[in-house]
Amino acid sequence: MREVGIVGIGHTKFGRLDYDLVDIMAWSSLEALKDAGIEGGIDQVFVANMGAGAVNNQTGIASALVSRIFLEPAMAETVENGPASGASAVKCGYLAIAAGMADTVLVTGGERMRETTGWKATDFVATLTHPDAEYAYGLTLPAYGGMFTRAYMERHGLTEKHLAMIAVKAHRNAEKNPFAHIEETASIDGIWDGPHREVVNPVMADPLRLYDLCPVSDGAASVVLTAMETAGRFKKKPIRIAGIGQATDTHCVFNREDLLDLKAVRLAAERAYAMAGIGPKEISLAELHDAFLILEVAESEEVGFFPKGEAKKAIERGETEIAGRIPINTSGGLKAKGHPVGATGVSQIHEIVKQLRGEAEEGRRVKNPRYGLAVNFGGFGNNVVATILAKE
Amino acid sequence: MILDELEKRLRPPARAVPSYPPKVIVLASGKPLVVRQAENDDIPILLEAIEPLVRVRKDFYDIVAARMYAELLSQYLHRTLDPYCLIGTIDGVIASIVNGRMIDEKRGMSYHTLTIHRGLRCGAHMFAAKMEHHMDVLKQEEVFIVAESYLGFKRWMIEYQLEPRPDFQHELGGVGSYALTRKLYDTYKTRLLAGTRPVPPEVLRTADTLILPDEYPQIPGFKR
Repeated sequence: MREVGIVGIGHTKFGRLDYDLVDIMAWSSLEALKDAGIEGGIDQVFVANMGAGAVNNQTGIASALVSRIFLEPAMAETVENGPASGASAVKCGYLAIAAGMADTVLVTGGERMRETTGWKATDFVATLTHPDAEYAYGLTLPAYGGMFTRAYMERHGLTEKHLAMIAVKAHRNAEKNPFAHIEETASIDGIWDGPHREVVNPVMADPLRLYDLCPVSDGAASVVLTAMETAGRFKKKPIRIAGIGQATDTHCVFNREDLLDLKAVRLAAERAYAMAGIGPKEISLAELHDAFLILEVAESEEVGFFPKGEAKKAIERGETEIAGRIPINTSGGLKAKGHPVGATGVSQIHEIVKQLRGEAEEGRRVKNPRYGLAVNFGGFGNNVVATILAKE
Repeated sequence: MILDELEKRLRPPARAVPSYPPKVIVLASGKPLVVRQAENDDIPILLEAIEPLVRVRKDFYDIVAARMYAELLSQYLHRTLDPYCLIGTIDGVIASIVNGRMIDEKRGMSYHTLTIHRGLRCGAHMFAAKMEHHMDVLKQEEVFIVAESYLGFKRWMIEYQLEPRPDFQHELGGVGSYALTRKLYDTYKTRLLAGTRPVPPEVLRTADTLILPDEYPQIPGFKR
């Protein structure tokens, strides 16, 4: 199999965008092509998206994107894997190049969720749960996030203050990220100790509060992949895809032996480490799928950064901050950068590339990174993709 | 002399209406948002703060800003009956403005909520303060509300579960009105209304002299 690298990246601002979905994706795609120093020559396009049909009343968006940016006759498919669609699409791009089906692939993840209300967006995402055993009873992803958080707190002694500390870190990083949805500071004095906490930071899915959850965002992110053997013809030095791992778990969370065991995260990370030939200690930074802040905590343990139940100590010691031992969610994460579901996995990889190239903004730039890990979490942990990128 | 006579005829009667007592809300950023009632002398600078937004198409800022500009100008020139305006400031900088008026002793009319400083829920806090003014300060029983923007509709009509009043024609025109009743207010007050009184004097002083915003997130690259 051929080795694959990333030679171009593009990103829109995340937030509420007044453009149609295909225009949003076209923007990041053209940015990625520009970054790669090319105008065409794309053999294959993979589009990651979850809700175009349900939310935007549009299907066939891979074909629409190709046509919008004049990439015909490139091959094109849409990849739908829930909130893990983005990393799955990158995996498809990797496979196409590694197998020799394509030399250069554009992967774009995009979503336009703010066309509808927050409640309806929550309902749409909840359609990934089991229709009879979960959805029918009103279960939503925030509800699962709340239950998971409560169980984790009881077992491992995590407190709401730990979550507030992560939120403050996420906002601090997002403030310096020009693509982030959230541009405002959050402080412990405001969201945790403040006299008006119950209104400023209300409970949304007990014990999760407003500042423990990601916003509903529009946005897109793109990467250009190519075979490492021919990557020299592009403008920038490639960032190699060193490892990809994926694993699934039961559709119904109820069927798992232990609610707190995110087995698919652990297995996906182990497979990615094995492929890259490294372990968690070699990782310089990570983008972890923190749709709810508890997921940053739990995933950081499952991928081997900290023993189970010990992440809280790392938070207290500032180990996950930009200058810490293992900076996590330097982009602001889903929590503050935003979470247009289909775009998220590609956006995480965009961030890792930016950091490995040394192009991240001052104040959130990780010092001398070598390997970056991205974990894209689908369902409530029933389909997880881990990607490791390496600076050559 | 004739001008004085005409002015008397054009100016609605000034009635003694209770003023909104200032309060402070500690925002998520940890910064205090001071909420106080605007005096007539504050209005010229508020108009200056609003004016750049009149040309912002996004999120219906243009219509909300243009209408609020006209409403505050009308208040300043004494052409509206029993109007009020509340302002929210962060370090003295105008962050959000809300206004409305009394229809009669029992009923109020909400005009607009315009937020310049976005991302800290200042608009939500100010809208709640406006409802507090009608219900707790003016002791009214219901407030009529319409929305021009999608955000406004999602935030007020849906979040407060306002009662549709299709037969009431709101002064802002458009579709039939919605109403916040005392019962709804009492239901949502604990969850949506924040603030501490009295405001410490040193904090309140920051809102004495209003400062124009240097930047508008709605207008990238704005320079005054």
